[in-house]
Amino acid sequence: MKHLFFGGIHPKYNKEMSTKTVTLPVITPKQVVIPLQQHIGIPCTPLVKVGDRVLRGQKIGDGEGLCVPVHASVSGLVTAIEPRPHPTLGSIPAVVIENDFQDESVLMPIPETPEEILHTIREAGIVGMGGAAFPGDVKALSAMGKVDTLIANACECEPYITADDALLRTAPELVLKGMQILADLLQPEKIVLAVEDNKDLAIAKIRSVLEYYPEITLQVLPTRYPQGAEKQLIQAITGREVSPGELPVSVGCAVFNVSTFAAISRAVLRGFPVIQRIVTVSGEAIAQPQNFAVRIGTSFHDLIEIAGGLHEKTERVICGGPMMGVAQSDLSVSVVKATNSILCLLKDQNGAAENPVCLRCGKCVSVCPMRLQPLYMYRFVNAGRLDELERLHITDCMECGSCAFTCPGKLPLVERFRKGKKMLKEAKAK
Amino acid sequence: MKLTVASSPHIRGNFRTNRIMLDVVLALLPALGVGIWQMGLRALYVTLLSIGSAVVAEWLYSLLTRTRNTVVDGSAVVTGLLLAMTLPVTVPYWLVAAGSVFAIIFVKALWGGLGQNIFNPALAARALMLLIFPVGIVRYTVDGVTAATPLHHMVMPALPEESLLDMFLGNCPGSIGEISAVALLLGGIYLICRKVISPRIPVAYLGTVAVLTLVFSKTDSPVSWMLYSLLSGGVMLGAIFMATDYATSPATPVGQWVFGVGCGALTVIFRYFGLFPEGVTYAILLMNALVWTIDRYTPIRRFGKNKGGVEK
Repeated sequence: MKHLFFGGIHPKYNKEMSTKTVTLPVITPKQVVIPLQQHIGIPCTPLVKVGDRVLRGQKIGDGEGLCVPVHASVSGLVTAIEPRPHPTLGSIPAVVIENDFQDESVLMPIPETPEEILHTIREAGIVGMGGAAFPGDVKALSAMGKVDTLIANACECEPYITADDALLRTAPELVLKGMQILADLLQPEKIVLAVEDNKDLAIAKIRSVLEYYPEITLQVLPTRYPQGAEKQLIQAITGREVSPGELPVSVGCAVFNVSTFAAISRAVLRGFPVIQRIVTVSGEAIAQPQNFAVRIGTSFHDLIEIAGGLHEKTERVICGGPMMGVAQSDLSVSVVKATNSILCLLKDQNGAAENPVCLRCGKCVSVCPMRLQPLYMYRFVNAGRLDELERLHITDCMECGSCAFTCPGKLPLVERFRKGKKMLKEAKAK
Repeated sequence: MKLTVASSPHIRGNFRTNRIMLDVVLALLPALGVGIWQMGLRALYVTLLSIGSAVVAEWLYSLLTRTRNTVVDGSAVVTGLLLAMTLPVTVPYWLVAAGSVFAIIFVKALWGGLGQNIFNPALAARALMLLIFPVGIVRYTVDGVTAATPLHHMVMPALPEESLLDMFLGNCPGSIGEISAVALLLGGIYLICRKVISPRIPVAYLGTVAVLTLVFSKTDSPVSWMLYSLLSGGVMLGAIFMATDYATSPATPVGQWVFGVGCGALTVIFRYFGLFPEGVTYAILLMNALVWTIDRYTPIRRFGKNKGGVEK
C-alpha cells in the first residue's frame, strides 16, 4: 500500500473493545473539579468564590492573552478553589463544584457576524480537543484568509481510542456543521474530513448525510499510526511538509480535530460552552470498556467506577492513548477539555526489557515519520553530546513512539529523547 | 493500587532480537543443506563445532565478566553459523573452534557486545584464520579430492570448468555455505520478506560487482564472465548475509546504498589485484570501518525541507 506520509507503524488497534455498546451514557457526577487551565497558554483566574452558586455553562474562570475561559459543567455550590492534580500539568488551581443536579443553565448569545463567531469560539472555551488544547479562536484567527485547505482530523490513529469515532457515529452533522462555520471564517478552497479506513460505521454515517454538505470532501485514508499527527495528516492529504518550527498555516493548511468542530457547532448554533466531551474508557484492565459523554471536571476515579472498575493487576492508567498518553499516579485527576481517553493497561503489556540493547538494525530510522535517526539520537543522549543532538535535529521529534514501539532491543527511546531535548533547552537557556 | 508512571509509549510491538536471529538462521539453512549434501557430514560437524564454540565463548565471557548472559539473544549462534559458512569442509577442527572463540571474544564482546562491534565477527575471524593458517582455509575438495574452485580458474584468468547452472545450484567446490547461489538467494528473499534486511545493500553490492565485471571483463565473453563472477566465491554469501549485518552496516538508506557499492567495488578490485583469489572478506571488513562515517555523511533529508507547499 502506498504510504501517504513517511514511516509509521501498525500497532494492534483494539478499537472494537470500546465500540461494542452503541449508546453514549451521559455522566454527571456528584462533584466536579474544574482546573483553571485546560489549554496551552496563560492560566485563568477564578471569577467565582467559595460559597457561590454557579449555573451550568457559567463562566467561572478567564484571563488575558493566550487564554480561553473555563465554565461550570454542572449547577451547584462552589466548595473550594485550590490546587488539584491535573492529568498533564501537575497540581494546578481548580474550582470544585458540588452538583445540585438541577442542571440550571445559562447559554451564550447566538453570534452572527464573523467577529461575533470568533468571539463566541473564545468565550465558549474552545481548544484543540484532539489533545493539543491550543486555543481555538487564536488558531482560527491566525489562519483566516491564509489557508487553501481546511482539514477536519478524525484519524484517531492511537490504538484503543474511539471517542472521535463515537462522535461521528452519533452526531456526524454536528461535525459537518462546525466545518461549515469555520470554512465561512477561513475561506479555504478545499474542506476535507479525514478519516482512517478502520471506522466503517462512522464513514457510512458521514456518507449518509454528506450530500447536504457539497463543499466538504470525505477522504478515507489507509490506517497507519501516526497519521493523526498534524504534520503527517497535512502530508497525507496535500503532500506538503510543514518545515521545522513552522505552523500548518505556512503551507496553507489548518487542521482541527472533529471534536473541536462539534464544540464549535454547539457554541455557535446553540450557545453551549465546552462543558462536556466524549471520553473513551478502555483497555484490558477495565471491566466494561466503552465511550461516555462526560461533564468536564469528572474525576478519572468516578469514570473508572462507572466502567466497572479496574482489574487487580492494573499497571497503568493513562490519560490519552497508549502511544503518546500520560501515565497517571493519582486517579482523582479530572477529565479536561483535551481528555479523549482513559486507558487502563495490565502488567506486562509494555514489554520493556531489563537490558535494552541496540542492534543497529535501523528499523527506528525506517518508521520515523519525522525522518530522524533514533539510534544515533539515543547514543548521543546517553553520551551527553549536545552538538550531535543538534546536528541530528532531536527537536524535530514529536515523541510519537513509533521507534520505541518497533525497536527489537526495547530501547527506552522516547524517554531518552525527552531527556535530550531538555538538556538542549537548558544549555540554550544559559 | 500502585500505578506505574513511566514514559510513553505504553505498548510495544512484538519484535524481539532472538526472533531476528532465528530468521537469519532459518535463511541460512538451505545453503547449509546444499553444503552438507555436496561435502558430506563433516560440513555439518564443522558447523556445529563453530556454533558450539561461539555459544560457549559467549557464555563463558558473561560468566567471567559477571555481565548479563547474552546467549539467549541468539547472536552467538548466528556468528558461529556464519563463520562456518565461509570455511572449507577440510578445515581442521581446532582452527574452527579457535576462530569462533576469537570472533565472539575479540571482535564482539570486548567492543561492548551486540551492536557495538565495528567489524563483522565472522569475517574478522576468517581473515585472522587465513593469516595464521592459510593452508587450512584455502584447500577445497569435491568428493574427497582436492580441487581448484571456480575462483582459482578465474585468477588465470579463464572461465571455470563448471557450467553456470552447476554454479547456480551449488554443484562446485567452495566453502560450506557459499557454493549454492540459489539457496543463498532464497534465504535473502526470506529475510527481505520478513523485513529483517532491506534489499538495498545486497542489490547495490551485487549490482556493482555485475557492472564492474561486465565492463572490465577479463575474457572475450563479458556476460559469462560477469555471471561467473557473481556466482563464484563468497559474493552471494557476503552480499546477502555478511554486508547486511546490522552492527557493521549503515543505518541510513543512502548510506546502505553507498556501503553496498563500496563493498562491490572493493571485492572486484581485490579479486583483480589482490594476493588471494577472493576479495569479499577484506572488502566487507574495510567497508565496516567506514560505517559510522558513511552514516554521518549520508543524512536523511529533514522533514519539511524542500517540500513546502507555499513559498515563504
